[in-house]
Amino acid sequence: MDFMTPPTWADALAIRAERPDAVPIAGGTDVMVELNFDRRRPGVLLDLTRIGDLTTWAMDGELLRVGAGVSYTRIIEELGDRLPGLAMAARTVGSPQIRNRGTLGGNLGSASPAGDGHPPLLASGAQVELASVRGTRLVPVAEFFTGPKRSVLAPDELIAAVWVRPADGPEQFSKIGTRNAMVIAVSSFSLALHPGRREVGTGIGSAAPTPRRATEAELFAAGQLPWDTLAALEPGVARRFGELVAAAASPIDDVRGTAAYRRHALAVLAQRTLTWAWRDLCG
Amino acid sequence: MTTTVHVGLAATVTGGVGASPLRPDGRLKVTGEFAFSSDLWADDMLWGATLRSPHPRARITGLDLGPALRIPGVYAVLTHEDVPGRRLYGLEHVDQPVLAADEVRYQGEPIVVVAADHPETARRAVQAIGITYEVLDPVTDPEAALDDAGAPRVHADRPNLLRHVPIRRGDPHATAAVVVTGEYEVGMQDQAFLGPESGLAVPAEDGGVDLYIATQWLHVDQQQVAACLGLPADKVRLTLAGVGGAFGAREDLSMQVHACLLALHTGRPVKMVYGREESFFGHVHRHPARLRYEHGADADGRLVYVKARILLDGGAYASSSGAVVANAATLGIGPYDVPNVVMDAYGLYTNNPPCGAMRGFGAVQACFAYESQMDKLAAALGLDPVEVRVRNALHTGDRMPTGQLVEGPAPVAELLRLVQAKPPAGQADFPPGGTANTTRGEGVVRGVGYGIGIKNVCFSEGFDDYATARVRLELIAGRPAVLVHTAAAEVGQGLVTVQAQIVRTELGVDQVTIAPADTAVGSAGSSSASRQTYMTGGAVRAACQAIRDRLLTRLEGRAPSHRHTYRKGTLPSSEGGRAGETALRLADGQVFGEDGTVVADIAELLADGAIEETVQWRHRPTFPLDPETGQGDAHVQYAFAAHRATVDVDTELGLVKVVEIVTAQDVGKAVNPAAVTGQIQGGTAQGLGLALMEEIQVVDGKVRNPSFTDYLLPTIMDMPPMTVDVLELADPHSPYGLRGVGEPPTISSTPAVVAAIRAATGAALTRVPVRPEHIVGV
Repeated sequence: MDFMTPPTWADALAIRAERPDAVPIAGGTDVMVELNFDRRRPGVLLDLTRIGDLTTWAMDGELLRVGAGVSYTRIIEELGDRLPGLAMAARTVGSPQIRNRGTLGGNLGSASPAGDGHPPLLASGAQVELASVRGTRLVPVAEFFTGPKRSVLAPDELIAAVWVRPADGPEQFSKIGTRNAMVIAVSSFSLALHPGRREVGTGIGSAAPTPRRATEAELFAAGQLPWDTLAALEPGVARRFGELVAAAASPIDDVRGTAAYRRHALAVLAQRTLTWAWRDLCG
Repeated sequence: MTTTVHVGLAATVTGGVGASPLRPDGRLKVTGEFAFSSDLWADDMLWGATLRSPHPRARITGLDLGPALRIPGVYAVLTHEDVPGRRLYGLEHVDQPVLAADEVRYQGEPIVVVAADHPETARRAVQAIGITYEVLDPVTDPEAALDDAGAPRVHADRPNLLRHVPIRRGDPHATAAVVVTGEYEVGMQDQAFLGPESGLAVPAEDGGVDLYIATQWLHVDQQQVAACLGLPADKVRLTLAGVGGAFGAREDLSMQVHACLLALHTGRPVKMVYGREESFFGHVHRHPARLRYEHGADADGRLVYVKARILLDGGAYASSSGAVVANAATLGIGPYDVPNVVMDAYGLYTNNPPCGAMRGFGAVQACFAYESQMDKLAAALGLDPVEVRVRNALHTGDRMPTGQLVEGPAPVAELLRLVQAKPPAGQADFPPGGTANTTRGEGVVRGVGYGIGIKNVCFSEGFDDYATARVRLELIAGRPAVLVHTAAAEVGQGLVTVQAQIVRTELGVDQVTIAPADTAVGSAGSSSASRQTYMTGGAVRAACQAIRDRLLTRLEGRAPSHRHTYRKGTLPSSEGGRAGETALRLADGQVFGEDGTVVADIAELLADGAIEETVQWRHRPTFPLDPETGQGDAHVQYAFAAHRATVDVDTELGLVKVVEIVTAQDVGKAVNPAAVTGQIQGGTAQGLGLALMEEIQVVDGKVRNPSFTDYLLPTIMDMPPMTVDVLELADPHSPYGLRGVGEPPTISSTPAVVAAIRAATGAALTRVPVRPEHIVGV
């Protein structure tokens, strides 16, 4: 196995184009586990940690561009005010050591249905910037995942960044695990309220072949929430919202939980997070 | 932190029995510098790797080693045909192949071992081996396996029933006013030690082999390895390497014979280290169990009878299943006085992963069931759960269902009252769900539950259980120093610290060196069954006493000014005196007379030469169980612990936060209070793990979660603050009155946590680990 450490993004893209057997590695919190478990024997490990640009974030117009190499710890510490939902999700990732190493881009690259970063990116309508020697394209997160651990990432592409609008309303993220820390999601849910445009964003994790939105639930809530009066949330609305979120999932039974429980838990989480977010909005 | 214990009148011993001197391995482990068995290295060494069966039951129909042998860097590819001695091994029954011959009986069973000059080359060679199987239907249901006519046999030459232990006491047809029944299930827990199976085998010039290995019992390994290699025991020398946890999982052989075979075959040192996934297949687990109980009590809650049937799935090979079955049976009604008992415990062969020793050893499974039953009984009678337990509590002078008299302290009621009397738990630091933001209080309900358990200490049923210690008192640079040599395995419990403490107390010499444990000295027995401080501690103490007697005889015939009347006397027992013991005391490197004056320097007395004693020490004998009635004095000592657990449960999501655990345990004598507390905290955490998350999930004989990603262990966010009450009620039969400490805390914490969840939710919860879906009922 070769180990290559390109100093620039252009070099990295060139290697990626030449070596389809290359596996990019940043924090290594997924890739090294795969190697240690002998699930993968890449021809090349393409180390991206020397590329400084990858670990920066900045506002670009109305959007935030977050480099793929930004760690969960930095998301929590530096972006908690702009991306509260993503920061809440980042707090639930692994242990402090994992959060120091693991990156948002790596999370997307693994494309696990259980990736903690995915639901908040779905809820806030983020886009993924993919790059190759052929050029750069932006893919909405909702179109990025194609199956369990599969995405639209082409063999010659690397994930450069995530583009996302800073929160314009309350955001929430909740995750179920069978222990109180360091656990892969049994299921998770993210919610973003966009009061300016009277929209609701959602993201479901670990309850379908890919992370996905609960579109019907979004439309229902957007239509039912009393945006004008900011009146208290009708319990029936929250409950129906929960039901619609649960209905949007297509979970399976596996070692981490049953399909029935996942659906049930999603309904509870959706109901609770909508209640909290609405309360936060109404002050 | 070092504390000072006062011994006798005249002097003090720092770091003696009752103190908590720092353990020598503590700093190294915390800083990552401790050398574990996986860190062993020899120049020119090869790396071993193992081909394992992917099937729980299959016939091997073809094996082609050629592709592996042709890989450059591969030095050996060995099968069962290359085992020069006995091809089977086992702790109780010699039934497990070193390498599978024709049939594999569990997923992960070793078939071929490879040695190569690089670990990756060794792994590639394993993958290159051509092997074909005829896959057979595995026997996976222990209930079905019990039916000898109906189920296929896991071993063609014997029935699937490995052992049946019946116990009959009193009237089998007794009836009672109040009857509660229940069926319970315990999942397969793993010891989950962090240091995987590993060791280094070095071929020796005499045709033998030196094996450096992380194990729990060097001599039982030696015996089995020598038999399989066809070598006399003195040609197979074992030295303990750094052990990264054990909990029972290192009682059976893993890579011991394999590494030695490869080393002898290649003439090169061979290192083998299992990876985390392989480790899940490399050792036995805790027996999953199905338990059916019927408790009958009178209107006051006094137990009239208990009927129980316990089914333990032993998996493909016997390991220590027989002893586990006996423990489950003999301890299976708990620390209660019950006049009428009908107990049947069964251990079965199946094609599931082999199960054997794990902390608590059969007592864990039973305790979950009988304590759940005691709560049910309390509910049926409208009694407080502690009250119903206290009314039935075992006392000194009562008899166990085996007829064995309970001697020495049995503070069952006292332990329960102690944990009950503690103030209620306060506010939790965070809600169930931890940092995952699942509730702001919605659905959260508090519950409190109790559990108490009983465990035998040391080996039982007439086993010749002994420990050997060689102790040498000598002058080093003019100062007295002691060298202790035993084969006792330090597995993280702190035994090396304890040995030195005993020497300091007995010989009054501060400088104590513990030699590496190896087979150059006699067997210490296993570091299991909560026995090693009792047994090796007892042996070290006995050796010290023999040395002290010889040392004091040197006082005679000395110059008149130093002459002292050497007479036998008896010290008060409160000072640790024994009949016939001299009234002279050794402390601070000196011999003190009865009046506290210095009689001699130990150094002076050693001018005539070092004193060395080797002692083989036994606990009082035990006896077999009657095979029909289960009657017999099978156990040496009983140990008890009680727990109170307080939980917050998110009743809508089924998530649990254990808020606090209070425990009380009688340890007889806390030889090292810090280590005792550590054992109690660690054991409690392991019991909490079984209650809430720890399970090897097996479907159709295959393990679905062989990783720490999906085999969940409690984290610091799951384990709550603990209040620990340690009682020191001396056992008249044991050294210093001590009682084994390691296992009891694991036993009763599980039912206490589950009882607390039941109290919060009203859910029946008949199975551990409890999963969120069991709590919310979806």
